[in-house]
Amino acid sequence: MDILQLVIVGMVVGSIIGLGAMGLTLTFGVLKFANFAHADLMTLGMYLAFFVIVDVGIVGGHVGPFSFGWGMIPAVLFAWGGVAAFTVGVDRFVFRPLRRRETDFLSIGIASLGVAIALQAVVQAIWGSAPLRYHSEIHRALTFAGGLKIKPDQILIIGLTLAMAVALYLLLHRTRLGTAMRATSDNAPLAEASGIDTERVRIATWVIASAMTAVAGVMFALQSQLRFDAGFEFLLLPMFAAVILGGIGNPWGALVGGLIVGISQELSTEWINTGFKPGVPFLLLILILIVRPRGLFGSETQWST
Amino acid sequence: MLPVDAFTSLAGEAPALLPPLITFGGSVNWTVGFLTTAAIFAIAALALNVQWGYTGTINFGVVAFFGVGAYTSALLTLDAPGEFESYVGGLELAIPIGWVGGMVAGGVLALLVGLPTLRLRDDFLAIATIGIATILRSIANAQEGLVNRARGLNGIPRPLEGFANDMGVDYDLVLLVLTSGVLLMVFLVVRGATASPWGRVLRAIRENEATAQSVGKMTTSYRIQSFVLGGALMGLAGAIFAHRIGTIAPDSFDNLTTFLVWTMVIVGGSGNNRGVMLGALVVGFVWFGLPLIQEELPDFLGTRVFMLRRIAIGLLIIAFVLTRPQGLLGEEPRVSRFAPRGDGGGGLWPTGLWSRIRGQPGGGAA
Amino acid sequence: MDALLDVHGLVKRFGGNYAVDGATFGVERGSITGMIGPNGAGKTTCFNCIAGSLVPDGGRVVYDGEDITGLPSYRVFRRGLTRTFQIPQELSAMTVLENLMVVPAEQAGERVVDSWLRPWRVAAQERSIAERAHEVLAEVDLTHEAQNYAGNLSGGQRKLLELARALMSEPGMILLDEPSAGVNPTLTRRLVEHIQGLRERFGITFFVIAHDMDFMQRLCERLIVMADGQVLVEGEPREVLENTEVQAAYLGSVTA
Ligand SMILES: Nc1ncnc2c1ncn2[C@@H]1O[C@H](COP(=O)(O)OP(=O)(O)O)[C@@H](O)[C@H]1O
Ligand SMILES: [Mg+2]
Repeated sequence: MDILQLVIVGMVVGSIIGLGAMGLTLTFGVLKFANFAHADLMTLGMYLAFFVIVDVGIVGGHVGPFSFGWGMIPAVLFAWGGVAAFTVGVDRFVFRPLRRRETDFLSIGIASLGVAIALQAVVQAIWGSAPLRYHSEIHRALTFAGGLKIKPDQILIIGLTLAMAVALYLLLHRTRLGTAMRATSDNAPLAEASGIDTERVRIATWVIASAMTAVAGVMFALQSQLRFDAGFEFLLLPMFAAVILGGIGNPWGALVGGLIVGISQELSTEWINTGFKPGVPFLLLILILIVRPRGLFGSETQWST
Repeated sequence: MLPVDAFTSLAGEAPALLPPLITFGGSVNWTVGFLTTAAIFAIAALALNVQWGYTGTINFGVVAFFGVGAYTSALLTLDAPGEFESYVGGLELAIPIGWVGGMVAGGVLALLVGLPTLRLRDDFLAIATIGIATILRSIANAQEGLVNRARGLNGIPRPLEGFANDMGVDYDLVLLVLTSGVLLMVFLVVRGATASPWGRVLRAIRENEATAQSVGKMTTSYRIQSFVLGGALMGLAGAIFAHRIGTIAPDSFDNLTTFLVWTMVIVGGSGNNRGVMLGALVVGFVWFGLPLIQEELPDFLGTRVFMLRRIAIGLLIIAFVLTRPQGLLGEEPRVSRFAPRGDGGGGLWPTGLWSRIRGQPGGGAA
Repeated sequence: MDALLDVHGLVKRFGGNYAVDGATFGVERGSITGMIGPNGAGKTTCFNCIAGSLVPDGGRVVYDGEDITGLPSYRVFRRGLTRTFQIPQELSAMTVLENLMVVPAEQAGERVVDSWLRPWRVAAQERSIAERAHEVLAEVDLTHEAQNYAGNLSGGQRKLLELARALMSEPGMILLDEPSAGVNPTLTRRLVEHIQGLRERFGITFFVIAHDMDFMQRLCERLIVMADGQVLVEGEPREVLENTEVQAAYLGSVTA
């Protein structure tokens, strides 16, 4: 296939990975543990949107050239609310008690693995094992000069990811909440000592990360399908690769990392067997861990103790 | 939905070669099959215990090491590929050689993964390992002429089959005895290694790597050693599985196997070798036993029993990390079996185990 | 002067911030030397660079005539230079005895193959290591805690365990980072006796960081004062403490 076409597809995939990774890096930075349930939270988000659009039946006709109707808006909002409520609940009853006990962060990571296993099974129990779609009609691609084919949904995916990245930037750097989040991420005890209610910051972090998680999940389903097993099979490793490429706790880094992962993954198919595609993020991950474990944009002192 | 008779994966969605528990005879068969499966799991759990329980190294790719061992042993012992098959090997070697090969393969994979990652933060290794299984699976599926792709390997020889026929004993029983024997050997090997100054260094690394380093231990080297020993034993478990089942395919090695082994270690007791074997038995019983009561459950649960047991596994992990991080048995409170008895050492079965189990959650062991 | 440890122009940066900025000093063989200075002066960072926990950005560290600059901590340890941590770093889920038994280098049983193939040899060695650990425990009055988990010890006991771990290795020199902080006065007084006794009997050189001037005056024969990553003054405790610059440095840090 044409290289340019592959790059475009890579950007779409990379945007989805990058948006998911932005949520992941946010919780990694503020809560200091690797959340292995993150990809399954995306799965939860995509199915919650499915619930609104298909199970409840709020379709809302058609929005322009896109594959979905106006119902997508309440669906995404519902997905966000659902994922946020779920993560805040899990934090309250699982992660926070562990945090209080000052268990090491690995244990919290392992607890999150338990959450991932159970959550995936719940999604499968409710919506079944077969892949699903929000809408069954064919979604036509637009053809550009040089035979380049892009679907309107894909343009939206890239655009919305950028928009959310800008919104997150403004939130982190122009609001008091954002300052509190960055302070907590930098040094939680210090933040607490200077009057920041770090527990509230953590809850806010879950809610904000949920927005990106839910939207990224819906995007994944638009680009491919709804799959209950998407988490461990397709999403988790690429997102972690993006997070580490960008430097833990660095949302822009995660987005750039996601784009690097997505584009190299798609481009690789030009030279190697498509079946080896999942190996690309893994190789990138190992490479960055060997060469520069603090990530492309991580600073030296940020994670030293 | 899913084929009930096809035992495709150790943790897989089918109830493991296990006939239904209807008649008494049926229940004996079921028990024999279950115990064999549990013994294989126990070997993998002992292996993970070396890595996680003693060293604090996270390995979320257990099934990758398991699968590499299974494939290696199969390829070493299988006949040369037939007309419609394409795979490397098919050397027709003896089964024990295959098992040793499986161990070596698991160890080599551990070395390859561990060398670049083990000197880094613990959670980076955890992240790196979640990918290995998926990647090896996709290579096995995609590469022609390697392991026969998704068609899988068939006709893997079964150990002692001729012997069982000659003696006229039930083959399943022979297999159980054989597997249990291997388990016992693995237990002795792991116990010998962990209840020794070597294991003490591992635990020091788990508790505080900087301290271990400051008292002269080359911690990265020990981490690699423990990772390789664990990987090799996981490879052995996979090899036994392959020969028990006779047919393996890339999909036999799904992440569920990894999750189950983790649950067994956490439930049984990280850092306690007998604990994780108990964990294999208890968690295995929940896992393989739940489908047996499918009929008794209300319909909406019965049809979802395979999801139900995954939910159970997830909740078990959470519950134990939260309320009993030391697991059922807790860590063996022993210095090393070589140390004088009064100093907490000595003896195969340490006395006063229960009274000395850490009541405190936490430490690095959780 | 016969310097056992010689530090020359040591530099350590964190980002753009110079924690240690060209510190030069020496520690005499067989002495008990103290290092004082306001919080954040770079004392702990100095220790970390000497002991190999951090790699310095500049300067040289010479121990017993050999350049050890930038060596990893396990190799520094093997040359007989041991350190304790400011915040005790005990192995909490291991018993106090185990905390000590893990220390000796080159144990036969530390090779995994030996634990399988030469159990008798390992057992013999374990007996002698356990014996030595009991001696060290008696030395710091922790005998009754031998079988307790290190995580259950009190703050003061943890400090003593840090010291015990350092002693376990039969070191040539021990770096003690604030051994007296958080330890009650009675124990502090005993600590002075402990350290001096160890020096008398085993000829161990001590290099000690502490804030407690009273403690330092009784313990040390020489004091090095650090401020802002550099050595401010060096000399006998009394003259150092009477130095106006030193007083200014401390007062400055108090008001800051
Ligand atoms: N790991 C680190 N990362 C960043 N800054 C550090 C680190 N360790 C120490 N510092 C900084 O270096 C300076 C010296 O610290 P330290 O050596 O601990 O001082 P002292 O032990 O004299 O109180 C301080 O400003 C401290 O904030
Ligand atoms: Mg200090």
